Order: sequence, then structure tokens, then C-alpha cells
Amino acid sequence: MSSRINLYRFASPATFYPLAGRMIPWFSWAAGIFCLTGLFISFFVAPTDYQQGEAYRIIFIHVPAAWMSMFIYLVMAGYSALSLGLNARLSGMMAQSLAPTGAMFTALALITGSFWGKPMWGAWWVWDARLTSELILLFLYIGYLALHSAIDDPRRADRASALFALVGVVNVPIIYFSVKWWNTLHQGASVSLTRAPAMAHTMLMGMLVMALGFWMYSIAVVLMRVRCVMRERERDAAWLSALKEVE
Amino acid sequence: MTIAILKSLLMRDIRLAMRRKADVAAALFFFVIAASLFPFGVGAEPTQLRAIGPGVLWVSALLSAMLSLGRLFSMDHADGTLEQLLLSPVPLAAAVLAKIGAHWLVSGLPLVLLAPLIGLQFDLPWRELALLTLSLLLGTPVLSLIGAIGAALTLGVRGGSVLLALLILPLYIPVLIFGAGAVTASAAGLTPWAGMSLVGAMLALSLFFAPLATAAALRIVLD
Repeated sequence: MSSRINLYRFASPATFYPLAGRMIPWFSWAAGIFCLTGLFISFFVAPTDYQQGEAYRIIFIHVPAAWMSMFIYLVMAGYSALSLGLNARLSGMMAQSLAPTGAMFTALALITGSFWGKPMWGAWWVWDARLTSELILLFLYIGYLALHSAIDDPRRADRASALFALVGVVNVPIIYFSVKWWNTLHQGASVSLTRAPAMAHTMLMGMLVMALGFWMYSIAVVLMRVRCVMRERERDAAWLSALKEVE
Repeated sequence: MTIAILKSLLMRDIRLAMRRKADVAAALFFFVIAASLFPFGVGAEPTQLRAIGPGVLWVSALLSAMLSLGRLFSMDHADGTLEQLLLSPVPLAAAVLAKIGAHWLVSGLPLVLLAPLIGLQFDLPWRELALLTLSLLLGTPVLSLIGAIGAALTLGVRGGSVLLALLILPLYIPVLIFGAGAVTASAAGLTPWAGMSLVGAMLALSLFFAPLATAAALRIVLD
């Protein structure tokens, strides 16, 4: 029973603000360590691909960024559902803080994908299902951010953009399964949970470590951003002015 | 009782639109003009026109839907009718569905009827003309239904019409792919019914979910 109460306790900005502040250094360090380890593996440990040469090494950025872009959208939709269903203030703030990081990873996945596509396919851009869905995902992030910033009242902005995020979440499974739906130029997913990976284990390890690094980075950045959002929205609240660091 | 109210709501919206014929005609002529611009841009080579025809008509239909969607709720919002609808005993989602139905009858259906004529400009053969009209008949209600969500979310928002396009056009992409794809598949000698069935599936899904989402959006906006 007590653990439930504790969980709800941190749903209030006043208690979450200091908690987030204490968590940020841990996640930042973890992000730094994982990213550096991942980069080391991807440049010095992972073998050269017998077909794609050295150019394939961009996947150590590309694939984790694409994973994070979809994962963050799902998390954002989850917080949006909480914000609409429970009318929780913190959930709306978290969804708002997640959107820019998600949009950044989507753009990163698209840009690195085109760097990879030029040597592999001979084109910066192809109208393949997965690329196109990733582009639609970027449009959805931009629409979310635009809608949120167009409404002045932050609570109403939270709820309206939460609804939009939930409508758009239909798109995320389409992205993921589009490879099976339209069998086009893009190679099939090379990592699968159900069968043995078709790549060297060190390559897979590099990608997973990088993904962990990106994940930790996202948490650290989102916590920093949500603290900014709180200070902006609750600047008149008593708990904020009572904090030591604000004085 | 509820059915009677919904019917009168539908007739009211159609009558209001008919009192402003210029608005309805403007969106329709936008469709015609936008579709007619493409041959000037890409050249009037008949084989090329036949290839791009279905896609051009579909994209023009999408953009024309954007033009008319802004008016779906804005008038009722301005004169307070929307608040009364919220207070009325009729389920809001049902009332929204009636309004969307009226919007489609006024803006979507004329576009479907006009499409074969524009298709002739693109030298489409009879079979593809018929398929294109059918795909638009199935697809334009989806445009009205999904668009209503965006129209409700951007109600009374700064720069609402541009924002509406930003929110809704990405969501239209699957309908566009399958709707235009069904016609081009037939031109390539494949079956058009796979794409057509998917458009039909989207219509069934959006017919159920879009009024609910729109009603939720209206409640947020009029909170």
C-alpha cells in the first residue's frame, strides 16, 4: 500500500522537481559512458562489412536513432493518454518535454539514413515504405509541437496535443510493420527478437550499447526540459519559491 | 427522437451551406483549377498524363478538402451553436457525425461527381475513370472524417488554417497511397481491389473512431 502512495506522491510537480534534479546527473553520466563505449565498439571492435565496407558504420547511429524516434513517440502517447484520462498535470508536461527530443531523433535517423543510402543505393532519398513512414513520423512530431505552441493556455494545449498524439500513434505500428506490408527497396529489418541476428555479434552489441546511450541521454534531457517547463508554468507557486536553488 | 434531431442537424448544415453557394463553389473550383495546373507543369504528353492522372486528382481532392474543413465548426463556434450542441441530450459524437455527413454531401460528393470529367483531361480510359470515381467515393468521406478531428483541434487557434493542414495532411497519406494506388495498379494490369478494400477499411475505422475523437477535441476546445 505504501509503495502506491509513494508513486502518486511523485505525480505532483512539487515533489517531482527535486527528484528529477537528483536523477539528471546519474542519467547524464550513464549516457556519456554508454555512448563512448558504443562509439568505441562501432569504430574499433566491429568488423568491416564484407559487402558494404566501412560505410555501414553509420548504422550505429542510424538504427538506435530510428528506434528511439518510434519509442519516444510511444512514450509520449502513453503520457498523453494519462494526461487525458487522469487529467494529470505532470503527464502533460512530460509529453511536451518528450516531443522535441523525439523530433530530433527522427530527423537524425532520416539524415543518417540518407548518408547511408547514397553509397548503398546510389540515392540520397528513395520513396520506400520505411523512409516514408519515418518522414510521416517527423511530420507528426512537428504537428504536435506546432499545435502545442499555438494554444496559449498550457493546460488546454496539453490536452489538445495529447489527443493529436493519440490519433497519430496509429502511425507507429504502420511504420514498424510497413516492411512486411510493402516489400520494397529497403532491406528487411536486420534485428529481430524471434530469430538469430543476421549480423556479427559485435555489431549487434555496438548498436544495443548506442541505443542504451541514446535512451539515457533522452531521459536526462527530458528531465532537464520538464524542470524548465515546471518553472515556467508554476512560477507563482509557493513550492517553487521555497526551493533553495531558486533563491 | 435522436434520429430526428440528427436529421434536422444534417438538413440545417446543408441549408446553411446552400445559402453560401460561393464558398462551396470556391472549394470545388479550386479542385478543378489545381488539377488542371499539373499538365502545365509537367507537359501535356498523353502517356505521362495517364500515369499521373489518378494521383493528381487525389492530391487535388486532399487540398480542396483542407479549404472547406476550416468552416466545419468555425461558424457554429462563433455564434454559440456549438455550446448548445454540447449541452443538448444528443450524444456529441452523433451530432458531429451528422455535421461531417453534411460537410461530405456539400464538399465531397460534388468533387466525386466532377472527378470523371477532370479525369478525361488526363486521358484516362473508361475503366480507370470508373475506378477513380469509386476510390474517391470511398475515400472522400475519410478525408471529411479525419479532417474533422483537425478542424476541432484548431478551432479558435492562431493561424488555424495553416495549422490544420500541418496536422491533417500527414494523416491523409495512407488514404492517398491506397486510393490513388488502386487506380494505378489497375493501369499496370494488377487488381485494384486490394487498395480499394484498404480504403474501405479506413472508411469503416474512421467512421467509428473519428466522430469520437472529434467530440473529445470539441470538449477540450470548449472547456
